[in-house]
Amino acid sequence: MAEKKKKANSNAMYKTDKVVSSKEKAFNIFVFILLLLLAFTMVFPLIYMVLTSFMTKNQILSGRLTLIPDPVLIGKYSEVLSKGQFISGIFNTVKVEIPVLIVGGFTSSLAAFAFAKLKFRGKDQFFLALLATIMIPFAVVMIPQYVLFTKLGWTNSLAPLIIPGLFGNVSMIFFLRQNLYSIPTELMEAAKLDGCTYFGTYWRIFLPLMKGALGTQLMLWFMGIWNDYLAPTIFLRSEANWTLQVVIRSFNSYYAIQSDYALIMAASVIAMIPTLLLFFIFQRMIIESIAISGIK
Amino acid sequence: MAGKNKVKVRMSEMAKREERWAWLFIAPPFIGFMCFMAYPIVFALIVSMSRWTGINSLWGNIVGLRNYIEILQDAKFWQSMGTTLIYMIGIPIGMILGIIIAMGLNRNLPGKRLLTTMYYVPVVSSLVAVSILWAWVFNYDYGLLNGIWKIITGQHGPNWLGDEKMIKISMIIFMVWKGLGGTIILYLAGLQNIPRDYYEAAEIDGASGWEKFRNITLPLLSPVTFYVLITSLIGGFQVFVEVQVMASNGGPNYSAATVVFYLYEKAFKNGQLGYGSAIAVILAIIIFAITALNFWGQNKWVNTDI
Repeated sequence: MAEKKKKANSNAMYKTDKVVSSKEKAFNIFVFILLLLLAFTMVFPLIYMVLTSFMTKNQILSGRLTLIPDPVLIGKYSEVLSKGQFISGIFNTVKVEIPVLIVGGFTSSLAAFAFAKLKFRGKDQFFLALLATIMIPFAVVMIPQYVLFTKLGWTNSLAPLIIPGLFGNVSMIFFLRQNLYSIPTELMEAAKLDGCTYFGTYWRIFLPLMKGALGTQLMLWFMGIWNDYLAPTIFLRSEANWTLQVVIRSFNSYYAIQSDYALIMAASVIAMIPTLLLFFIFQRMIIESIAISGIK
Repeated sequence: MAGKNKVKVRMSEMAKREERWAWLFIAPPFIGFMCFMAYPIVFALIVSMSRWTGINSLWGNIVGLRNYIEILQDAKFWQSMGTTLIYMIGIPIGMILGIIIAMGLNRNLPGKRLLTTMYYVPVVSSLVAVSILWAWVFNYDYGLLNGIWKIITGQHGPNWLGDEKMIKISMIIFMVWKGLGGTIILYLAGLQNIPRDYYEAAEIDGASGWEKFRNITLPLLSPVTFYVLITSLIGGFQVFVEVQVMASNGGPNYSAATVVFYLYEKAFKNGQLGYGSAIAVILAIIIFAITALNFWGQNKWVNTDI
């Protein structure tokens, strides 16, 4: 202990950080191996999913665990992609994504701009009312929403998934508002002096400045819509409107009876690819924005 | 304050204009909130006091609090509520694993980025797809788990999804696997926010590794712990998709069904919109209470003086 104190006094503490003792080195290696093993365990089911999708029925049902597909069967992927229902599932999901992200992204960022940069009465009250939306679980409003959409005659189309999204997304408003706070308000004053309209200030000055944050939020929203299952199962009456997640779930119940696990896995793999690709490309931004949500 | 008032009077025309534009800009989300949240909640409260099926008349079937009284005596409701709570055993498990792994990652070992990504992949994966995957992993005859089980023990493994107790354990394993990456990321961010000098000061005082963890790391991570706990509790009360995919009938003797699963069956399979809405209102009250606990507890338990 005395030795440690002496070290600290001579300011050697910082050096001990860099020159790692052999004991600590061994410990680091141990930790690394442990973390690697755990991480491998985490992704192993997903790897197994991909491996299964290439296996023949005989191999899968052999009753003995095998990991390497032998022979490698690619046919299940083309079989999935040739199923009309699967393709229409992809198209329906895309048909929801495009209008919601474009219009919803616009309305959300515009509202975030107003909340962060404009002065108006009732600002805090309006914002709190919107925030309450995040806290209300979907399960609580799904019955009345279902009734409402049925009454409006929307349940025979994709409208129940599209129209509510056009009005904006509250968590997006929340994050963009935080982001706008870090942009100097002087820009606002300068724009005013230049005779810029309020919409012009948003469109020409602040929208370009929040591009990065907007992009990240849109990506998260894209993933949310892509992976959504509960709302589509409840609101979509006709099979022709089913989104991708509903389709793969129906594949699961249908083909499990026939023990066609390779096909089920192939369909699920394809359904996961878009979000995983986005995640791999933009992981730094996505992970950062998740981490921020916890610290706030 | 006085100065502000003066400015307000002088700029009143311009301020009014700004205000009108601002109201216009926030109108879409606010209208959305009124139509798709506020109105449905009021409507749910009314429906919860009726025997409405969507076909008969709502106002002719108002029964007061009878649905609520029936729910409190409904064995299936309590069973699904109990199962929902049992699934929450996964929350502390995930938190402990999360904190340990995050501390390991925080040692800045090589490949930290890749490891973090590996842990996080299940979080961004589609819940339906990974539920389908795990139903396959848990498969009694050909699944991955029982395959490994047979190699290790030479015997046939348990019936993961076919037994009342095992199906709950299986669900907990699945939920921990699915959510762990998120917990790790949050703890890692929390750890990186702890100033290094705290540890250095403790080392000078001769604190052991455990003492440093107990007296510095854990208290300073309390905001993260609290956030993870609250969001997991709120999420835990809404578990539905994995149950529907892995046990579409609710599992053996309804042992896997959660509150939302029961609500869904009542409302959309049996057409008991009134009864389902009453369950939804109870769920809303529980979640509202947790949210209130959040605001109250933040001041009381959480150490925020970094």
